[in-house]
Amino acid sequence: MVKIAIEGLHVSLGRKPVLHGVDAQMYGGVVIGVIGPNGAGKSTLVRAMLGLIPVTAGKVLIDGVADMPRNRMARTVAYLPQGQTLHWPLTVERLVALGRLPHLAPFSRIADADHDAIERAMVMADVAGLRDRIATELSGGERARVMLARALAVEAPALVVDEPLASLDPGHQLEVMELLKAQAARGALVIAVLHDLTMAARFCDRLILLSQGRVAAEGSPSAVLTPDRLARIYGITAWFGTGENASVIVPLHRSS
Amino acid sequence: MRTFSARSLLIGALILACVVAALLSIFVGSAPLPFARMADVFTGHGDPIARTILIELRLPRALLGLSVGAMLGTAGAALQGYLRNPLAEPSVLGASNAAALGAVIALYFGFAQWHPAILPLMAIAFAIIALVMLFALAGHSESPLTLILAGIAVGTLATAGVSLALNLSPNPFAAMEITTWLLGSLEDRSFSHVWIALPCIAIGLILLLWDGRALDALTLGEDGARAMGFDLGRIRLRLLLGVAIGVGGAVAVSGAIGFVGLIVPHLIRPLTDRSPSAVLLPSAIAGAALLTLADVLVRIVPTSNELKLGVVMAFLGVPVFLVHLMRERRLW
Repeated sequence: MVKIAIEGLHVSLGRKPVLHGVDAQMYGGVVIGVIGPNGAGKSTLVRAMLGLIPVTAGKVLIDGVADMPRNRMARTVAYLPQGQTLHWPLTVERLVALGRLPHLAPFSRIADADHDAIERAMVMADVAGLRDRIATELSGGERARVMLARALAVEAPALVVDEPLASLDPGHQLEVMELLKAQAARGALVIAVLHDLTMAARFCDRLILLSQGRVAAEGSPSAVLTPDRLARIYGITAWFGTGENASVIVPLHRSS
Repeated sequence: MRTFSARSLLIGALILACVVAALLSIFVGSAPLPFARMADVFTGHGDPIARTILIELRLPRALLGLSVGAMLGTAGAALQGYLRNPLAEPSVLGASNAAALGAVIALYFGFAQWHPAILPLMAIAFAIIALVMLFALAGHSESPLTLILAGIAVGTLATAGVSLALNLSPNPFAAMEITTWLLGSLEDRSFSHVWIALPCIAIGLILLLWDGRALDALTLGEDGARAMGFDLGRIRLRLLLGVAIGVGGAVAVSGAIGFVGLIVPHLIRPLTDRSPSAVLLPSAIAGAALLTLADVLVRIVPTSNELKLGVVMAFLGVPVFLVHLMRERRLW
């Protein structure tokens, strides 16, 4: 099982320091939610973890390896960036197939094993029926699931998803969270940047709450999400309840 | 498998078009030669005049048409993929303008008269100088926008240099010579031009055809591509070298021929799965066929002066581009 350790991570974007010494230990088999207000450094944390932006200090160890070579990293951690960037009107199947790029030797052709992985990813994300559609012509929700299928097709031991629920309707939000949970049940490490606190409380095994570039709290959802922290960090008062033995957190108003 | 066979079919059809274009380019020209006389040349016992026309004039012209067209088509496809912009073409990085400036300087100061190789060599030298400037300006940034801005700066400087040469030209004939060269043509080229252009174009093609997979990954944005294991810095280096050396070599022998790099990828894209890698090789072959056919056209259109290739390409390019614009609008 994959293990990611973050030690004293400092990151600056341009000249602005964004992360000030973040530590975290993450193991396969769980869903870890990264939550926090806008600008807290959630996306920066996952991008630095993937080696997409330079770190000023500290290190990221993936299975004990610091500065993992990019091609090995690509097979170990699959990444779904925020915002569904897609520059050419590819068919859904072709787009999902991009997920196999980290496994292909230069100039080799896609093998049967790759076709199987593409097929599995499309079935899991419930987009097999869209395979011949042009991905740029899909609805926002369909497109989000196709992009997720692309990340699943990598079949990496770790999966990092940045705001996977944006632009999904409630049904598909639940579907995606169940899917991430199923990935974790198979032993994968799933790290999800989330905004919806109910979804985070309900589907994540652990939460990392970031505030102004620091870890404000870490642990089980019930330990992390307290009325006091929501007031202090998000500046909100929320209603806490339970439904089907899971927490429900509904923001009510901004605390004055 | 289905897309694979469609791709083979496309490439096969394009190669056939290339062969037809090359044969037309060899057998059609301003000097009327009966087919039997031309056939004799290739069986080894033709008369010297037919031999000179075919081997010394038409063969290099056909070879240059194919290789310059292939280079421009590939450069357009690679740049559109890398910059993720369907309007990108070989001139966005300024290399072709700089090559033109090198050639214009050779004409302006009369260096070009010393030896036929001076002009193309100066063009290539200037394309490489432009590349060095581009690196200095764009630095280590991997953002395509920085590269486009740096390319515009270099290209504009080169264009200003060309305008200055025209502005200061000592007499109308010198200005005429420069302008005529700038219109782009493959007329009266010899094998020495082929030997100058071909190595540059070969290097350019190899560098640009290398990175198809990375261009596919860039469909998902820069973070997406890097997270899939691609080193964007190296990809940019290969792309810049490929465009500067290849397009520099092409412009050096043909003058500035626009539109090939812009329209060829647009013609090819709807016939593929639209991924950048699928457009690369077919764009090379289609560019070769298109430019060679246009070069045959300039020879058979009866005009008092032979039409310049750059002019014909522009007139062909605009309507083709408009038709595709209309069609694409439903997709974008």
